[in-house]
Amino acid sequence: MIHFVILISRQGKVRLTKWYSPYQQKERSTVIRELSGLILSRGPKLCNFVEWKGYKVVYRRYASLYFCMCIDPDDNELEILEIIHHFVEILDRYFGSVCELDLIFNFHKAYYILDEILIAGELQESSKKAVARLIAAQDSLVETAKEEAGSISNMISQAI
Amino acid sequence: MEQLKTIGRELAMGSQGGGWTGQSKEFLDLVKSIGEARSKAEEDRIILREIDSLRRRIAEPDVPRRRMKEYIIRLVYAEMLGHDASFGYIHAVKMTHDDSLSLKRTGYLAVTLFLSDDHDLIILIVNTIQKDLRSDNYLIVCTALTAACKLINEETIPAVLPQVVDLLAHPKEAVRKKAVMALHRFYQRSPASVSHLISYFRKRLCDNDPGVMGATLFPLFDLITADVNSYKDLVISFVSILKQVAERRLPKAYDYHQMPAPFIQIKLLKILALLGSGDKQASGHIYNVLGDIFRKCESSSNIGNAVLYECICCVSSIYPNAKVLDAAAESTSKFLKSDSHNLKYMGIDALGRLIKINPDIAEEHQLAVIDCLEDPDDTLKRKTFELLYKMTKSTNVEVIVDRMIDYMISINDNHYKTEIASRCVELAEQFAPSNQWFIQTMNKVFEHAGDLLNVRVAHNLMRLIAEGFGEDDEGADSQLRSSAVNSYLRILGEPKLPSLFLQVICWVLGEYGTADGKYSASYIIGKLCDVTEAHLCNDTVKAYSISAIMKICAFEITAGRNVEMLPECQSLIDELSASHSTDLQQRAYELQALLCLDSQAVESVMPLDASCEDIEFDGNLSFLNSFVQQSIEKGARPYIPESERSGTFSVSNYNSQYQHEASSHTLRFEAYELPKPSPTPATPQISVSTRTTDLVPVPETTYYYTENNQASKLPPVSDASSADHGIKLHLDGVQKKWGRPTYSSSSSSTSSEKKTNGVTRIDGVSSQSRGTLYDSKGQQSEVSAEKQKLAASLFGASAGKTEKKLASTQRAPKATTAIAERPGVTRAVSPEISKQKAASSPPPDLLDLGEPITTTTPTIDPFEQLEGLIGPTPGPSTLDNSVTTSEQKAPDLMTLYTDTPPSSSSSISSALGDIHSADKNSQMAKNVPSVKKGPNPQDSLQKDATARHVGVTPTGNNPNLFRDLLG
Repeated sequence: MIHFVILISRQGKVRLTKWYSPYQQKERSTVIRELSGLILSRGPKLCNFVEWKGYKVVYRRYASLYFCMCIDPDDNELEILEIIHHFVEILDRYFGSVCELDLIFNFHKAYYILDEILIAGELQESSKKAVARLIAAQDSLVETAKEEAGSISNMISQAI
Repeated sequence: MEQLKTIGRELAMGSQGGGWTGQSKEFLDLVKSIGEARSKAEEDRIILREIDSLRRRIAEPDVPRRRMKEYIIRLVYAEMLGHDASFGYIHAVKMTHDDSLSLKRTGYLAVTLFLSDDHDLIILIVNTIQKDLRSDNYLIVCTALTAACKLINEETIPAVLPQVVDLLAHPKEAVRKKAVMALHRFYQRSPASVSHLISYFRKRLCDNDPGVMGATLFPLFDLITADVNSYKDLVISFVSILKQVAERRLPKAYDYHQMPAPFIQIKLLKILALLGSGDKQASGHIYNVLGDIFRKCESSSNIGNAVLYECICCVSSIYPNAKVLDAAAESTSKFLKSDSHNLKYMGIDALGRLIKINPDIAEEHQLAVIDCLEDPDDTLKRKTFELLYKMTKSTNVEVIVDRMIDYMISINDNHYKTEIASRCVELAEQFAPSNQWFIQTMNKVFEHAGDLLNVRVAHNLMRLIAEGFGEDDEGADSQLRSSAVNSYLRILGEPKLPSLFLQVICWVLGEYGTADGKYSASYIIGKLCDVTEAHLCNDTVKAYSISAIMKICAFEITAGRNVEMLPECQSLIDELSASHSTDLQQRAYELQALLCLDSQAVESVMPLDASCEDIEFDGNLSFLNSFVQQSIEKGARPYIPESERSGTFSVSNYNSQYQHEASSHTLRFEAYELPKPSPTPATPQISVSTRTTDLVPVPETTYYYTENNQASKLPPVSDASSADHGIKLHLDGVQKKWGRPTYSSSSSSTSSEKKTNGVTRIDGVSSQSRGTLYDSKGQQSEVSAEKQKLAASLFGASAGKTEKKLASTQRAPKATTAIAERPGVTRAVSPEISKQKAASSPPPDLLDLGEPITTTTPTIDPFEQLEGLIGPTPGPSTLDNSVTTSEQKAPDLMTLYTDTPPSSSSSISSALGDIHSADKNSQMAKNVPSVKKGPNPQDSLQKDATARHVGVTPTGNNPNLFRDLLG
């Protein structure tokens, strides 16, 4: 199970956090501080895994952004590494060659996408197409809802 | 430069339009200024300012909805950066009520990010979620399900469960998938709430949509982990699904980097590893598909390696087979030979799994392993240590443990330091080649990681030194002890030592410092005094030290030698006698008292080398019975157990094991009994006692009375009460077990008083209090049964080993030593047993000093009582056979993914129809488990009774229900 997902920049700035296990606000800050210290200092050729307090943290760097996921000790690290990549590929497709700024300004959209990929700390959908379809449906619905007041939404959902 | 890029990007987005609509310039500026902040402090300042302004503006009346949406997103932003935005939670909750999907989605997103599942506001959202789950817009349903996964907690599961279950049949696959995931989450929160839905999961495994099928693997994995044997029939289905996935028969969309649905493959392999573990027959089905995957998987891509690794895990878990084992070993060696650190890491891990089956595999990789050990990458190094730990034998223990200790000394990470230290200890205890080495190793570990180690490790070490290595060779044992003493005396010279280590040292010096005659008593005592001086602030060490001094003095006196008190020792005693810690004071006074005794008394108080002997104590304090009885006769108030004083009624009281956690914090919902005016002008104590006697099951007196003055009126009383009880609660099967005549005897024990007082009515006692009476009775007798068992196992063991069974006359002196050792050294008692003791026994040892009378209690066989208490355990769940048969069709079903033959799916659904209906039955009862948290047992019992009337029996579909209710 994935306990949390954190996106931090090379400077240690938080870009996105999602907690699947309960952590208090204070704990969250400590976790982020500890992990950014641990991960950002690691050299390029080392493992993408860090053992941390009985858990394992799998991280992957894309340009200046680190994607980190904390998992149980008996989870498959390579799989998590690919789940991260899966997420990035979907972000990439959605934003059109994604960069850090997309996530900085559209963090809530990144959350929506993450919600379609992971649920309750598990990978819920491994088909990029299925995720993209659902996100697009939601977006178009939101768009129309903005123009007209919600009642039309039912028709659209049926049309989809 | 970065600023320029930001602005450029912003312009680009502004022209794009679609990407970033609706956000005000203000918010963009905020995000930008955070991006430009040069320090954490600056960032914090900006956010705090933002929070201030939000707090003001969000509370304004009539904020437009769109504006509010932005505020909520800004709150999310502030929380993400680690600040508290709890003032806005309620607005996010409100936003989930909105009709517009756009706003609703934002509201749900914010709420899932803000609230943990035990937050007070959850209760306000449940209703909205319920409504949205019923929406005919599937996107709203999806959003609500996502929120449910995060927010619905154990208590609110019943509120949404029926709807989520209905959604399993929703036409949209996205909804079905999320519904399955939601049920998976519910299972994690509270297994009992979902356990009756197993057949649904089995059915979803045959879903047309691979996404739904893949999602179903998660709850199934959990269920199988909990109970492997009920799912053995699914092995064939899983194997055939895996096979078809590997043969690329799923839609192309599930391919990932040219691998066919690798994430589903990995999950299936995990499940098969569970199912095949230690099962030769099940494993037989798995070998082929494993072989296929090993062949097909390309090790060039990362995801291919992930699948290969999972295969290796599966191979190492299932019943061994030479062919797949070879394939696994080959893949492992590829991992180890790779240049990538990630793969090396996985290789080391895989090797650790495989050597459990065949230790020879490690041999050809020796060099690779050594390389990894020397690698600068900490992660890899630690993984390698883990492998070495698994590989340790008596031949290589010295090398490995030395390496581990060296690494342990070099790191700062306390968590890992603790882990590696306890591993060193474990290996040393298990494989130590010589006493000398063992003591040295332990010294090193304690010296460098002493304060991180569990206290139990220290106790283990002391026990080991006391008991020896289990050989009968007394010489070896005493050699071990004297080498320990030697090394400790040397180490005491070091300036700074962890307190735990000092405790061990003090204890060993006290027990064995003078045993071999090499060191004089005054020398050891001097050393011990030095210890206390060097560690002024630590009371525990002082306590150990003074006890050690006491022991040495006692041994000296016993041996007939004169103890001359060193001045520093005398000053230590004086200091401790005036200590703030009563424990230290007591020890000091005990030492002084001991010095005045004659040698014979001293010998029985502090026998030489007696740390391995068992100390008998009577937790029931039965020797006080006569005293209690006398006092009660004189009109004293009987003792009321704590559980009754606070008036706690909890269902789990039926089982004493859960009593400690469950009963302490519940509220009392019933009204208090009306105060009864005492009819005769009796003394106040007596009137009080008559009122409360019915609640008082002082166990020993009860037994005493039942045995001795078995009055003729007694049986009717108990019968009446139990019958009354039965009518009230509709609980036939259960209460009879409890309604033993002895239970109500406590009321009879004071019956004589009642007569004299003229109070004849007992019916002031509500049936509930009687219920608790039964409960607490049950607890107490079970606890005592447990203790007896414990004692039996203790004595059995010690009798077999040392044949120094204690005479009852020795008990009193033993108890003194027990007190002397209080800070945690339980002699000879194995750690878990001592833990149990600590948990279950009241602290009676001090009182035990008084009388060495053991058994005045007429013994009621505790085991017999125990049997009665366990009551009607529900039979094992009987799973519908029809499910099994339908599942066996799964192989054909899988073809649906590619060439959909419509006939097969319909046949399946008809086959599953009856299971469906069977489950509906149990569904009716699913509200009941939720009751178990409720504070009122009667309510839940009544619900239970209604559930029975409905026709759900404990042995029926949902055995867990009753297990929960009965604790």
